[in-house]
Amino acid sequence: MSLLICTITFAQDQAIDNKETDTLITHLDEIKVVGRHKLSNYRQKKTLSSIDAYLEKSNRITMIKRGNYAWEPTLNNMVSDRLSVTIDGMQIYGACTDKMDPITSYVDVSNLEKVIVTSGQEGTENANCIGGGIDLKLPESKYYNSGIKSSFDLGYETNGNYKTAGVDLAYSSNKLYLSGDGIYRKSDNYDAGDNEEIKYSQFEKYNISLQAGYKLSDHDNIDATMIYDEATDVGYPALPMDVSLAKATIASVAYSYNNDAVFVKNWETKLYFNTITHIMDDSKRPDVPIRMDMPGWSDTYGMYSKLKAKVKKHKLSLNLNAHYNRSLAEMTMYPNDPNENIMFMYTWPDIRTVYSGIYAKDEFDISTKEKLNLSARIGYQNNTVKNETGLESLQIFYSQISASKSRLLTSFSANYFVKHKKIDFSFGLGYGERAPSVSEGYGFFLFNSFDNYDYIGNPTLKNEKSTEINFKAHYHQKRFKVGIEASYFHIYDYIIGQTDTSLSPMTIGANGVRIYNALQYASIYNTFVNISYTLHKTLSINASVGYHYGQGSDDNNLPLISPISYLAEINYSLKNFNAALQLNGNTNQDNHSIFYGEDQTPAFAILNLNLGNTFFIKDHRLVLKYGIENIFDTHYSTYADWNNIPRQGRNFYINTSYVIQ
Amino acid sequence: MKLKYIVPVLLLALFTSCSSDDDDEAVPPVNEVENLIKVKDITNDTHTIEVYTKSGKFYTGYNDISIRIKDNTDNKYIESAVINWDPMMQMETMRHSCPKSAVSKASDKNTLYNGFIIYQMTGMNGSGWSLKIMYTVDNQEYEAEDTITVVQSEKQNVTTVTGSDDTRYILALIEPTTPKIAVNDITIGLYKMENMMMFPVVKNYTITLDPRMPSMGNHSSPNNKDLRYNNTKQKYDGKLSLTMSGYWVLNLKLIDDKDVILKGENITESHIQSSLYLEIEF
Repeated sequence: MSLLICTITFAQDQAIDNKETDTLITHLDEIKVVGRHKLSNYRQKKTLSSIDAYLEKSNRITMIKRGNYAWEPTLNNMVSDRLSVTIDGMQIYGACTDKMDPITSYVDVSNLEKVIVTSGQEGTENANCIGGGIDLKLPESKYYNSGIKSSFDLGYETNGNYKTAGVDLAYSSNKLYLSGDGIYRKSDNYDAGDNEEIKYSQFEKYNISLQAGYKLSDHDNIDATMIYDEATDVGYPALPMDVSLAKATIASVAYSYNNDAVFVKNWETKLYFNTITHIMDDSKRPDVPIRMDMPGWSDTYGMYSKLKAKVKKHKLSLNLNAHYNRSLAEMTMYPNDPNENIMFMYTWPDIRTVYSGIYAKDEFDISTKEKLNLSARIGYQNNTVKNETGLESLQIFYSQISASKSRLLTSFSANYFVKHKKIDFSFGLGYGERAPSVSEGYGFFLFNSFDNYDYIGNPTLKNEKSTEINFKAHYHQKRFKVGIEASYFHIYDYIIGQTDTSLSPMTIGANGVRIYNALQYASIYNTFVNISYTLHKTLSINASVGYHYGQGSDDNNLPLISPISYLAEINYSLKNFNAALQLNGNTNQDNHSIFYGEDQTPAFAILNLNLGNTFFIKDHRLVLKYGIENIFDTHYSTYADWNNIPRQGRNFYINTSYVIQ
Repeated sequence: MKLKYIVPVLLLALFTSCSSDDDDEAVPPVNEVENLIKVKDITNDTHTIEVYTKSGKFYTGYNDISIRIKDNTDNKYIESAVINWDPMMQMETMRHSCPKSAVSKASDKNTLYNGFIIYQMTGMNGSGWSLKIMYTVDNQEYEAEDTITVVQSEKQNVTTVTGSDDTRYILALIEPTTPKIAVNDITIGLYKMENMMMFPVVKNYTITLDPRMPSMGNHSSPNNKDLRYNNTKQKYDGKLSLTMSGYWVLNLKLIDDKDVILKGENITESHIQSSLYLEIEF
């Protein structure tokens, strides 16, 4: 019996996967990262690739690379300050002042079930944001009574001598669910095209996650999760410093109530906490103007209570959430003259953030063809500079500021959908506000190696406000599908660093000092066209092209805006074998931002080949994924590569997964 | 909690704290040299003059000095004395004094007298200086003198320069004594060397300030304020922004009341330090 259930669930999973693949290419609202225990032989990717590589598959998301590890996701060409990035609804603040530890770097793909990416104001379920939300979903407890299930993974890639090993164990009864997984990754320096070794691009990390669920009754259960992630010896070739340790403990306890028979279908309440330690230093660099250590810490305590209800044609969601964060970072510099005292400053002066907010959403089925989604979030945020020295150092720049500042943040969105036989449309409007991030508000001499300026936070910044229009249309006819999406953001009081020539930079060799300030407004426009055509049951092609544009009220181009990007793919898939040839490229970055330190990144195109096999050995499955990335060993970098560090050259990889069920 | 429970507790707390205040007043012997360390006893036949500083030492630069005079016969401290002092440096070929304040009764103290001396230099191993105390008690004049040790400060907190007006000036850093990462109040004492023994306060000049960190690319800091003469303090006050801890050079320019630059230069890429400067390290 248990076997049967398993087979059924597996079949279901596959169905979802297939559908989600389409979603990934066309709708982009939700990318499903398929956990290793639910491997699909359909998808053309590495089973052991990092979250970063998964996220990059969405054409709304670009990853900013400062090395081979811990890429920073951008959504709609907006960086993390403008996004809400959460792990299963849990708020986490990175502990690095230089964005070397995006939230996504503290979980591994083995921890996750899927990643939900929502654009603009539709992404405010967990926090106020401008660009959208990325929620990394942890798997739910499954009471399948399927006993013990396990899987083992091994991966190897030639470029960088990259080794991966993972193990996954799960136990499921009718009342109890236990699962644990561990993954270990280690890579040496990778080679860019033409065998150019990229120094300081190595990394090593492991991640352990434990999950337990207990069913109290048919309608309620409690869940506990714990993730421990530790990366050591992480090189950042694009930056002057590396990371000797980045570790996170992420823990939560949740109670949920489910009942399809009553008004409230689902009610989940979660308490969580996470703590991050991030140690940045330059001990591995032979030649630096001055030695320095820049450790950072971030602790967050929070809760949310999410409720889902259905009344007639209305699907209602409610989310009440609150969190408390402490961010502290400091910098110690060791003078070349050993008789001099060490130099010290607080780069994040112990900032305490208290946030509480409420989110409500109504999905209203007007008719079978029409739907209206309305959502709103209102939040209250207070920032306090707890460290006296830190406050006094900021008062050097802002003599009038007090330790505490409160903000009220509102967000609102309305989306209208019409669905016809062959065509569907959606049109949306949104308004949202966000508070400045810790660095934007309170950073003290944060060196940005991208534009080579020291940055000073500005506690007097106004909230950034965005008005947004988005439009989507899809047309499909038998084997042919075409979709177009466009979104336009008009952002008032757009926060960006502005040069103050009267200030002298602290960092040796820096061009100057920039103070976080606000442009009167900035405009960001994104559009994508996706086409797919199924030639045969086994053979399909799809392609997408994206155009992006970003400009400030000062007529300067915004930094980190993608040039025209494109992706084309031919898929061939049988039941137990699949192959895909992929072309991926950008055009010349004509609209680069000279003002913000960008140079023009030339056009590039690379070709990848991915292959996959599935074998059944009794009840067990062996999944092989192998292929060649960057077949022609192209030497290239993208607009999102910090300081133009070149990307990986040719890479042969193989991932094997053995699933015992 | 009900109010009727809270009120008595509050009242109790209030009364107990009041009564303890009374107790404090009832205990008279207050240690007047608390937080001070004795540098030296200078004695004559009748009295012992106790000399105190915060550190228990004299250093080159500005020294805040406290004095009390003990009667050797009854071991009581004199409460009404008129005190003057005379620091003297004995060199091989000549002798000279240094800038100093008058000595006055320390406020809120019964036996303690206070003043400052700015030692602009010191000899080998701190040698060369002596301190003479001249005082009057009950209309009778006394004198006591002894050699003292003046330790060389690690950083340049005092400097003697010759201005373009051919006058020798002494500048001494008085505040901040404990610099912090903040906008600090800075106080400098400015004296003219009229002759070997006379060092009067110079009034109404301006001292411009440009703090720099030589170890970190010689960067500066924002929102400093040049020092202006404060008539009540008879010293120069300004604002000093220190963005981080470590070693700072305070590059100065001395400008007289007719806007003539007497000493010091602007800092540029090629000229990284003014000829008139003081140092801070914390």
